[in-house]
Amino acid sequence: MLFKTIAKSEFKRLVEDLLKEEEVIGPKKIGEREDGKAIHQFLPVQSYGELDLEYGRTEYSAKTYFLPYKETLSKYKFSNDNWQQEIEYRLKPRFMIGLHACDINALLRLDKVLARDSYPSPYYISRRRNTFIVGIDHPPLEDCFCRAVGADVVTQGFELYLTSLGDRYFVSINSDRGFNLLKKYAIHDVTDEDTQAYLEVRREHAAGQKPLNLHDIPNLLDIEFYSDVWRQWGQKCLNCGSCAMVCPTCYCYGVSERVSMGGDEGEKSRQLYSCNLKDFACVAGNHNFRPDPATRLKYRYYHQHRGFTETFESPLCVGCNRCGRVCLAGINPPAIFNDLQAEGGA
Amino acid sequence: MKQILEPYDITREREMMLPLDYNRRSQLKHYDKTYKAEITNIIRLTEMEKLFQVRIIDDTERERFTFLPGQFVMVEVPGYGEIPISISSSFTHKGFIELCIRKVGLVTTVLHNAKRGCKVGIRGPFGTHFPMEQMRGNNILLIAGGLGLAPLRAPIFHVIENRSYYKDVYILYGTKESNLLLFTYQYEEWDRIADINLRVIAEQGSKDWKGEIGLITDLLDEVDVDPGETNAIVCGPPVMFKFVCQRLTDMGIPMHRMFVSLERRMHCGMGKCCRCNIGSTYTCVDGPVFDYWTVMNLQEAI
Ligand SMILES: Cc1cc2nc3c(=O)[nH]c(=O)nc-3n(C[C@H](O)[C@H](O)[C@H](O)COP(=O)(O)OP(=O)(O)OC[C@H]3O[C@@H](n4cnc5c(N)ncnc54)[C@H](O)[C@@H]3O)c2cc1C
Ligand code: SF4
Ligand code: SF4
Ligand code: FES
Repeated sequence: MLFKTIAKSEFKRLVEDLLKEEEVIGPKKIGEREDGKAIHQFLPVQSYGELDLEYGRTEYSAKTYFLPYKETLSKYKFSNDNWQQEIEYRLKPRFMIGLHACDINALLRLDKVLARDSYPSPYYISRRRNTFIVGIDHPPLEDCFCRAVGADVVTQGFELYLTSLGDRYFVSINSDRGFNLLKKYAIHDVTDEDTQAYLEVRREHAAGQKPLNLHDIPNLLDIEFYSDVWRQWGQKCLNCGSCAMVCPTCYCYGVSERVSMGGDEGEKSRQLYSCNLKDFACVAGNHNFRPDPATRLKYRYYHQHRGFTETFESPLCVGCNRCGRVCLAGINPPAIFNDLQAEGGA
Repeated sequence: MKQILEPYDITREREMMLPLDYNRRSQLKHYDKTYKAEITNIIRLTEMEKLFQVRIIDDTERERFTFLPGQFVMVEVPGYGEIPISISSSFTHKGFIELCIRKVGLVTTVLHNAKRGCKVGIRGPFGTHFPMEQMRGNNILLIAGGLGLAPLRAPIFHVIENRSYYKDVYILYGTKESNLLLFTYQYEEWDRIADINLRVIAEQGSKDWKGEIGLITDLLDEVDVDPGETNAIVCGPPVMFKFVCQRLTDMGIPMHRMFVSLERRMHCGMGKCCRCNIGSTYTCVDGPVFDYWTVMNLQEAI
């Protein structure tokens, strides 16, 4: 990896140049909570001022720009007892600025399933390849656990990664397109002083996060498959699916089709789904393989922390705790792990 | 002014492979492409089931379409939906395939109303198959309950076409009521083949039913094979294969030589939508055909 520094004023100029030509998406303040804290969302921005790079968290993850809630898979044109299938992938380039380490790691984990495993998805890869990603370091939030799932450090999956050092950014450059963009601006070689300052910031960030003990979780998920923990938490679950919608890594979906009013066109589309929704595993004849909320809740954790680990050697979850924050029933990963470990006598 | 970032056209295959590596490159192009297929014949089997003979229209696509017994395809009625259906014909016929479909909901009803000549979409084939090569030189028990005869026909045809590969062959088929029996017109043909033992049984017989009355497991009483040299393929609802496999285990047949086909909700067939998940197993790619030992070890499989 290549390292450079860039003055914040110069970075601003870079973003402003981008804004003239391209779609730029970043953390934008959209309101305030009752306690006065800002609410942010990844949204298209029109000016540098709208981009709040010091943000703490976004309610929704950046996933929606790669896996939209609803995406057309193919279109059909009907004529005289025949039909024609048309497939289009999204090609328009996009810049996403201000992704935190967890959100970039989330994309890397999604890549494993959607871009590298058998049957790679061209819909996803096209969006991924056409997105230029600028990440940014941030002090840990009070309720995340990214370090416990190895998602606090990113070494790939972005073009540029910024670490704020007062009036300048320390920039890690990970791709030629990142370098090509940056070299049109005033950038500086890294001095010893910069490196020291950078490492100091990283140390502070690492020290700031409350550790979470994930000891034996993949194992406990299997052994405690029939544990009472699931019944207790399952009773509270509202089966609303919000946790999966805000999660940067939940990718399950459903496919449905419809015919236009005129009957001459059809569309096949994919909607993100959630394994907490009641009919997730329901088949014809109303047979539901996961009839009760407890099993459905369990499967979300099972997939995130055991299923994915079995295949890809790391949990799918990146520890952002968005699911915990959004849940009206107060269901959150640290609490579930705690109960599982207590049950398992760990 | 020129765009700062060049659009990356993923359909220009070679380039799009650069940054990420894949092991099924060619699939990328076909990810969501359906083969257009024409319904060439519709055969009414019972009130609820029809057999659809379909033919992939494009000559090259049809020639290239190969599958193995036990695999399934995603059948799409554009504008209505897409459903997983087992291939119910011999794999030597390639892109001329037969699908036996029970009318249960939206897509299956649209299909039942379809006429000869209608065009449907076919994606696949997907999933695991019955390991027919591995069973060579052994006895084979082909056991089906109800609609289970649909997926079982693929291995049945294979065994008939390659009878000499196998020792004793039994086809055992049972349903709840005698008028629900499928493919009745084929029993005589199968039965006349010297050296294939066909037995059909129904739990309840209609007035004109002259066959046997009882449970599918009753038929196993008269099967006399060396369990050490026997394989079984069991297709049917979970309750049925649970009892049958239990009986086979009692007879001494090892669990890893019994094969069953599982059913789950499916929306992709490619291990992506997660709808078919059983624990960390994907029924669409790791299954639908599993050996019974694996099924016993899957949490909540049956
Ligand atoms: C591997 C496999 C092989 C199958 N082979 C056959 C076969 O040979 N013959 C046959 O008649 N049926 C078969 N089925 C079952 C068949 O897929 C369902 O009956 C069918 O999906 C019902 O669709 P529908 O739109 O008519 O029903 P609806 O109830 O309207 O279903 C709506 C949607 O739910 C999903 N769904 C409902 N039931 C099932 C189910 N059992 N399995 C998977 N998805 C479901 C589908 O996505 C469907 O589009 C098979 C299922 C699987 C998993
Ligand atoms: S865990 Fe919470 S957010 Fe998720 S479905 Fe249940 S109630 Fe909704
Ligand atoms: S903490 Fe929750 S929302 Fe965040 S990645 Fe893990 S499961 Fe998803
Ligand atoms: S059917 Fe989509 S993952 Fe198996």
